[in-house]
Amino acid sequence: MERLALSDEILMQVEKPARYIGNEVNSVVKDLADVDVRFCMCFPDVYEIGMSHLGIQILYDMLNRMPDVWCERVYSPWPDLDTIMRKQAIPLFALESQDPIKDFDFLGITLQYEMCYTNILQIIDLAQVPLLSVNRSDDDPIIIGGGPCSYNPEPIADFFDLFYIGEGEMVYRELIDAYKENRAKQGSRRDFLEMAAEIEGIYVPQFYDVAYQEDGTLASFTPNNPHAKERIRKQVVTDFSKVTYPEKPVVPYIKATQDRVTLEIMRGCIRGCRFCQAGAIYRPTREKDVEEMKRLAVAMIRNTGHEEITLSSLSSSDYSGLPELTEFLITEMGKLKVNIALPSLRIDSFSLDVMQRVQDIKKSSLTFAAEAGSERLRRVINKGLTEDMIREGAMKAFQGGWNKVKFYFMVGHPTETEDDLKGIAELCEKIAEDYYTIPKDQRIGKVSITASSSFFVPKPFTPFQWASMNTEQEFLEKARIVKGHFLEMKNRKSLTYRYHDADLTIMEGIFARGDRRLAPAILQAYQNGCMFDAWHEMFRQEIWNQAFADHQIDIDFYTHRERSTEELLPWDFIDIGVSKHFLISEWERAQRAEITPNCKQQCSGCGAACFGGGICYER
Amino acid sequence: MKIRIKYAKTGVLRYIGHLDVMRYYQKAIRRAELDVAYSQGYSPHQLITFAAPLGLGVTSEGEYFDAEMNSVSSSEDMVNRLNAQMADGMKVIDIVALREGAKTAMAVVAGSDYLISFREGYVEPSLFLSNVKAFYEQEKIEVMKVTKTRETLMDIKPFIYAMDIRDSQIYMLLSTGSVDNIKPELVMEAMCRYLDIPYERMAFMVHRLETYMRNDSGELVSLLEAGDPIK
Repeated sequence: MERLALSDEILMQVEKPARYIGNEVNSVVKDLADVDVRFCMCFPDVYEIGMSHLGIQILYDMLNRMPDVWCERVYSPWPDLDTIMRKQAIPLFALESQDPIKDFDFLGITLQYEMCYTNILQIIDLAQVPLLSVNRSDDDPIIIGGGPCSYNPEPIADFFDLFYIGEGEMVYRELIDAYKENRAKQGSRRDFLEMAAEIEGIYVPQFYDVAYQEDGTLASFTPNNPHAKERIRKQVVTDFSKVTYPEKPVVPYIKATQDRVTLEIMRGCIRGCRFCQAGAIYRPTREKDVEEMKRLAVAMIRNTGHEEITLSSLSSSDYSGLPELTEFLITEMGKLKVNIALPSLRIDSFSLDVMQRVQDIKKSSLTFAAEAGSERLRRVINKGLTEDMIREGAMKAFQGGWNKVKFYFMVGHPTETEDDLKGIAELCEKIAEDYYTIPKDQRIGKVSITASSSFFVPKPFTPFQWASMNTEQEFLEKARIVKGHFLEMKNRKSLTYRYHDADLTIMEGIFARGDRRLAPAILQAYQNGCMFDAWHEMFRQEIWNQAFADHQIDIDFYTHRERSTEELLPWDFIDIGVSKHFLISEWERAQRAEITPNCKQQCSGCGAACFGGGICYER
Repeated sequence: MKIRIKYAKTGVLRYIGHLDVMRYYQKAIRRAELDVAYSQGYSPHQLITFAAPLGLGVTSEGEYFDAEMNSVSSSEDMVNRLNAQMADGMKVIDIVALREGAKTAMAVVAGSDYLISFREGYVEPSLFLSNVKAFYEQEKIEVMKVTKTRETLMDIKPFIYAMDIRDSQIYMLLSTGSVDNIKPELVMEAMCRYLDIPYERMAFMVHRLETYMRNDSGELVSLLEAGDPIK
């Protein structure tokens, strides 16, 4: 298709014009005469990142299988194009048809991380749609948010017409049918939102009123429209044989961050790490059928021509079909000359054997997500990985020829002490010492151990949702303690320690547990030039500081303040199945450094059994 | 066995750069299930090499790459199989089996010809068209060649093998390859200087017609001449 929304001159001026031309292999083009509803799915970041996201591919495929719906895609225009589009008033367009998004029925935006919030405003603004939901007319598209950050949608509630809470495979058909029905009877935008509010999992923010106490905490959160539900129940797939998977994913021309076939083998996680939001919101753990995975692997490689395949899930080692599936992939993908990119696996004889067969040991490294430096703190966060397990795994690997190890840690967990921080360096030192116990003629040169740490952000729906988050100064001081201790280690020349920036972490902390009062500050920061905040070189702290100051937003109130378990939290109206009662008990067990068994060992009664499927019924 | 594939790259695919075109064909070959040979090792890659890179924004109906094959079907069948996998704008034109001892496309490229058209709103096309003859008939056509250390004056006239007018566009046949690689943009820059007007890259649209090698008698012939159709 030669018709493009951007002129040849613009495309020749901008970096990577292929981001904006569509026409990719497996992209779907339909005849407008055949479709009733036009949907545009958006990942609010640059094309190469957005195209790597599995969720959008799943929804794009699912919606396009509906004969009456045409789903297209859009990503954030890079700042070079952004400037041109504003200057020339070019409306943001969908890739497939190159038509303006303002003429679509729906714009769905996936919310994968908090730092994309200004990019959402960029998308809506460039689309020439009013930024605030209440200002939109019957002609504007319905803007839907979904994905992990929709589990606390409150900071961005003003910008969305509705949020879809849960897994996308469930109620889109219902939502689209309601839209068509409303259009047939010439109902208004409000009429549709009222119909949508009745659908399970759909949250319409403008149908709720929020009141605050004098101390700034929530006083009440109540529906102001008879169609709005008290609580919104997350939507969960319980039978994967009844939902679709993209067998022909779109193949980008330019290299995407994840340029390969992704097989989703499982949803949810049995582990229950107390800092992990994904582990809570995707409960219960559901495995996919291994035979179906084999069929999909071959079909998807045929349909895309990708040279690599990978598996996707949380804690992939817990997938019961893993040995069978990897055996199949090694044989069949080997015949097709397709590489296997392994997900991160627990280091044991099985994974070492697999790694040895699919990658060059000399170039690969072992990865341990230890998350905390001491045995005690790992019990606090319920990370079921002991020092013995790590050392045993590393030793096995060293004997198998590896000499590179990577560790991931988080700094800033609740109850953390200086000893816990020093434990990070000490654990790495022990691994190095273990390596040098191997006789010289049996090891390959020096060991290289790289530890990197991020800073901990308490997230909604985790047992740490009440916890105090460290301030930026505290984070940096802690990182200095770790760094300093590394320099005192005997094998320091074999050890490397890196830590992430703390400024973006604080921002993430504000939004993660924020409320509706943040929206005006986000709007102001955007209007004053903030965009692509997740890209550190584009993050502009001073504009954000000004925006928070102008709207009397106390950062510590959202980050540093420890909440009482009695407090009404901004996201309490969402029901993820996991009960508040369970989260409170986990929060208390954390203080006592008590481990809670994983779902395979023993059911702890978290509440996710209410969905009627998954691990809860397999034991 | 080595084969040579000729393809056209037009339409919106002119915005896809050379490296991405290579990746595109690797995936297309897999989808078409052609029996291409791979390198050894942990990350095997297809044994394919491209002839002459094409700049971003340039269209072409004479692009080439070579592939080492384990087995082949007929030229017609392989062309059809690849074309069943093409996106709009990319089209496989022909495939030949290279004769024994043929050098790679990249090594033998000696020339390319182009049509230059005018993007609206930049320059007066008639000014260029009426001066093509005079410009080309100059004894020397000098351009500034900028290297890391210095600027030198270079005469490119010997590397412009032909220059003419075709359907209100400028036709030129230029030396291409690893030694004297002359890009059409360089010629247009020189012509702007000759006409004493500022050079603007956006003023000209470039279309490559064919890529050539030299045969035993030294004539420029299509890269397909190094092989034969597979029945």
